[in-house]
Amino acid sequence: MRIDALNPVAERLLKTVAGYQGEFKGAYNIRQDSGCAGRRSTDNIKIVPHREGKPGIEVHVAPGTKGETVFIPATVTRGNVDDLTYNDFYIGEGAEVTIVAGCGVHTDDAGEARHNGVHRFFISRGADVVYEEKHIGEGGGDGKRNIDPVSDVYLEEDARLTIDTVQLGGVDHSDRVTTAALKARARLVVRERLLTSGEQTATTRFDVVMEGEDSGCDLVSRSVARGRSRQEFFSRVVGKARCAGHSACDAIVADEAVVTAAPQLDAFSPDAALIHEAAIGKIAGEQILKLRTLGLTEEEAEAKIVEGFLR
Amino acid sequence: MIELRNVNWTLPEGQEIISDLSLAIPGGKLTVVTGPNGGGKTTLAKLIAGLVTPTSGQILLDGRDITGLDVTQRARLGISYGFQTPVRFKGLTVQGLLEAAAGRLLSFDEMCDLTGKVGLCTADYVDREVDASLSGGEIKRVEIASVLARGTRVSIFDEPEAGIDMWSFNGLVEVFRSLKQQGMTMVVISHQQRLIEIADEIVVLSGGHLRDQGPRELVMPGLLAGEIAGHCPVGRKVGA
Repeated sequence: MRIDALNPVAERLLKTVAGYQGEFKGAYNIRQDSGCAGRRSTDNIKIVPHREGKPGIEVHVAPGTKGETVFIPATVTRGNVDDLTYNDFYIGEGAEVTIVAGCGVHTDDAGEARHNGVHRFFISRGADVVYEEKHIGEGGGDGKRNIDPVSDVYLEEDARLTIDTVQLGGVDHSDRVTTAALKARARLVVRERLLTSGEQTATTRFDVVMEGEDSGCDLVSRSVARGRSRQEFFSRVVGKARCAGHSACDAIVADEAVVTAAPQLDAFSPDAALIHEAAIGKIAGEQILKLRTLGLTEEEAEAKIVEGFLR
Repeated sequence: MIELRNVNWTLPEGQEIISDLSLAIPGGKLTVVTGPNGGGKTTLAKLIAGLVTPTSGQILLDGRDITGLDVTQRARLGISYGFQTPVRFKGLTVQGLLEAAAGRLLSFDEMCDLTGKVGLCTADYVDREVDASLSGGEIKRVEIASVLARGTRVSIFDEPEAGIDMWSFNGLVEVFRSLKQQGMTMVVISHQQRLIEIADEIVVLSGGHLRDQGPRELVMPGLLAGEIAGHCPVGRKVGA
């Protein structure tokens, strides 16, 4: 079913951030310039207005739901829009679903376009959720394109959440905050890929508390900083029981860009195994040389290395 | 044919690595470059591929002076170089690297053909990243496959046997034998007797000088004699 309320800019943004091809199969809610451009629930996935009267939605996934995808992309298609939305996800026991939540911001004028999504994930015992989020900024105006997502994650026993986030350009400022609390045997996996250039700034903050026995987290951020852009990576991984936590920040820095990585590990149990890895540096000369021996120019080699790094 | 004319290469600190080296590597044949460690073999390979530039002298490919061409230009002229110590890439997959080498997308069958030649199973490796998760032997095979993927007229392999187990090595020897039959010009830096045995031509470098060069039948006996005597091969007088 075609979503008629979409404007052309939103339609284009949705193609990029959520794979929109004229329709979404399954449940969806599309946010456009702080309003709702379309919504559909299915038998297993119900989307309703936020119960606290806040702007935003609640997504309720029935226990045992398998293999369904719910799309909740948001678009800001002009300047002077400061969009704030609260999205809560209630995932039933044993459900296995994918949430596609891209965000595109566009401004053609001097007005600022901002999307601030506050997400809460209540993931019941044994559920397995994949959350895909792609950010893009575009348009020719001088107005800033800002995306500031906040995610609070509550993982019950044996629950699992995989967050896959991509921001590969066009966003002038982003400040991503992710907090998580993990019960026994719960697992959080985060894969972040980030590219900044020009005067862009991007901050990533993780605060993960592993409360339950045998819980685990794996937070991996790969980023490329060019131009005069600035990136900051803060992670705090807390182990309160026997658990395994790993965070990694891997950054390629070029030009006059600045990258900061500040990991923090807090072990409140002798059985908490916590690891952080951080590596910041320019593209290795030998990598460029290898690709040049394959016939690539230096510029092509750099592009290939970055493409692979942020794959 | 690759020709070096009076080539010198000196480290920035002044140490001479290659000294007034002149030699001709025949086209369409397998030439093994051997000799003691530190003799200049890898530098010779890098000089041909353009990874280092001679302090003086000339390098020619089929009569064309390529001394002033950079790595990319030489690669595009048809020179491929397999590194002695392969480079690792975070994120780049085996398929991505081999496609960069081939200059086009590769089908699953083509990937099978390439990785099979170096003893890797495609299904296990296409999506693997060419990073620290690959063992020394695995990444060496991927490196060799990256040269094979290009299919260029000149292929240089720097100690291809390093890190390859003896079972896979048999297959590798067959690959070199097959390329030789296809008329490809190959320069293989090696100490491996099995590779030396399939060479058409042998070049012996020692101390940055050409110690010996000629058909395998003539050079190999001297190599083995040197090995038995426990010192560097003296060789015949070049040109004798």
